[in-house]
Amino acid sequence: MRQITLGKAVNEAIAEEMRRDDRVFLMGEDVAEAGTPFKITAGLVEEFGTGRVIDTPISEPGFVGMGVGAAMTGTRPIVDLMFGDFLFLVMDQLCNQAAKTHYMSGGKLTVPMVLRTNLGATRRSAAQHSQSLHALVAHIPGLKVALPSSAYEAKGLLKTAIRDDNPVVIFEDKLMYNDKAEVPEEEYLIPFGEAAVLRKGRDITLVGTSSMVQVCLKAADLLEKQGISAEVIDPRTIVPLDEATIVESAKKTSRAIVVDEGHQSYGVSAEIAARIAEKAFYHLDAPVLRFGAMDVPVPFSPALEDLTVPTPEKVAEAAAKICRGELVHAA
Amino acid sequence: MAEAKHNSDDYLRMYRQMVRIRAFEDQANQLYLSAKMPGLTHMYSGQEAVAVGICEALTPQDHITSTHRGHGHCVAKGADFKAMFCELLGKEEGYCRGKGGSMHIADQSNGNLGANAIVGGSMGIATGAALSHKMLGDGQVTVCFFGDGATAQGLWYEVMNMAALWGLPVIYACENNGYSEYTKTEEIAAGSMTARAEAFGIEAHSIDGQDVLAVNKLSAELVARCRKGEGPFFIELKTYRYHGHHVGDINRDYYRSKDEEAEWKTTRDPITGFGKWLQSEGIVSADDLVAINDAVKQDAEAAVQYALDAAYPDGSEVDMHVYAGTRHALSA
Repeated sequence: MRQITLGKAVNEAIAEEMRRDDRVFLMGEDVAEAGTPFKITAGLVEEFGTGRVIDTPISEPGFVGMGVGAAMTGTRPIVDLMFGDFLFLVMDQLCNQAAKTHYMSGGKLTVPMVLRTNLGATRRSAAQHSQSLHALVAHIPGLKVALPSSAYEAKGLLKTAIRDDNPVVIFEDKLMYNDKAEVPEEEYLIPFGEAAVLRKGRDITLVGTSSMVQVCLKAADLLEKQGISAEVIDPRTIVPLDEATIVESAKKTSRAIVVDEGHQSYGVSAEIAARIAEKAFYHLDAPVLRFGAMDVPVPFSPALEDLTVPTPEKVAEAAAKICRGELVHAA
Repeated sequence: MAEAKHNSDDYLRMYRQMVRIRAFEDQANQLYLSAKMPGLTHMYSGQEAVAVGICEALTPQDHITSTHRGHGHCVAKGADFKAMFCELLGKEEGYCRGKGGSMHIADQSNGNLGANAIVGGSMGIATGAALSHKMLGDGQVTVCFFGDGATAQGLWYEVMNMAALWGLPVIYACENNGYSEYTKTEEIAAGSMTARAEAFGIEAHSIDGQDVLAVNKLSAELVARCRKGEGPFFIELKTYRYHGHHVGDINRDYYRSKDEEAEWKTTRDPITGFGKWLQSEGIVSADDLVAINDAVKQDAEAAVQYALDAAYPDGSEVDMHVYAGTRHALSA
């Protein structure tokens, strides 16, 4: 099968959906001729014109709010938020407006809007361009949240997001835009709320999201060399969350570690770990562990930044310990 | 009074709609004072000529966005008393099935995109609706209602910029009632309102918001020009809020005198003024007006009783309408 980059997969998803449905349009900062700083949307304005690929001023609350209003009135915007860190600028429009409109109207109004943005540290971009803030929006009922972990997921999840009648926030890992994966030529969609079991195992379950799926797969390789069989699960969407697949895996393996690049405290890793603890407790042989970004602003210096993110080695080390019955948090 | 529509039926409908708003608010206030309404509410009384003058220039398909002080816009855009009072009381038959209440009330089928409890929160939505309609080419116009207090929100300047850049069919209607919650507007707003819109190259008007014919005449012109692609526009409508910021804001001498309130009510009331004009033009008699007022009051009273007797939503509705396409969010 052909291999394409994650960036190309996103571009294809947008182009295909814009060809399929002329109500779909794209707006954001530098999405047209510039094709975004990551060149993800390059070429779209040439095909669809400036009427449907719209460069906006640097006014994030303004154009996200306009996306909400457009979505409520018959069009289907894909709104590009250049960096996930800018979510803090648009929280009212996203969380007070988009998320609540369907509910507050008793189901009469809908907001079929996609907010495309990104996450991920280690790009040496410092504290305001490196955050993984998906937990913020996953906390708000009414929003759906997708976290593609490869080019394949990025295309299939984005196409599903564009067809969904609800506001969907999709976070791409900005460090993976040039990573290639197998992506079919023919059309496919990935349904929301269906986790992928990427690797079968019997000793421990590693749940990884987005950028952390690769970390979990590499950790599983390291564990295999020690004779430990790890199962790796990618939830793909955290709202809705395929809890059943995760809980059943934890029951089977009796151990689980959740790895997510958001800050560890009050985050997605905590939520998934809590659900495993609540629903698989009597099957567990060890406490459920979390790995997230260190609870510090993301530092600039490579010497510091690399310390803040989970690594395959750290995950494998902790996994091996709990598989041996050792206490990880004794210290 | 400025003349706009030339049909007696139009005049009478405008009069009746203003009376309906006042009657709705009088009943809502009573519901609050008698502790029959959950929460509280923000009265539109005094500003009726704004909502009616503008909404009478729109088609049912044209969109509006409304505010926390939104009952007047809702009535003026064509809503029914029963479903409105049901919403105010959190009943199943409310426009939002009791999930929105006073601050989110909207008759969505008549183009109302919702009342918004974040001051200025709907400015993006209204401008986005205008973008949609421009893309769809359906000729529809969107009116964004907001108060003078909302002009302090940065969002407005962001979306005005885009509306002007892209020539969107949106009218920003600022109801300047003189008070930003509990503070005189002159204490929170520098310069002039119209200058702010003009800075973006947007044609701006400032008019008497107590004169329904003047409001309607200007609105009809601007709506027609919006449909031809000449938007956006800005209107400042000078008006007055008869009640406090909300129904519980009763002792307000510290920011507004009773004399000032009495002067607006006795000399500049939009309903009384228009009623006098209708009589002076020989369109109606004093008795006709009394008959309209009485009939509307009876309608309102009946609707209140209907809503008081109506059922609350079943508890199973609590996790419905969280996500479109998912019947129950928590048991999906």
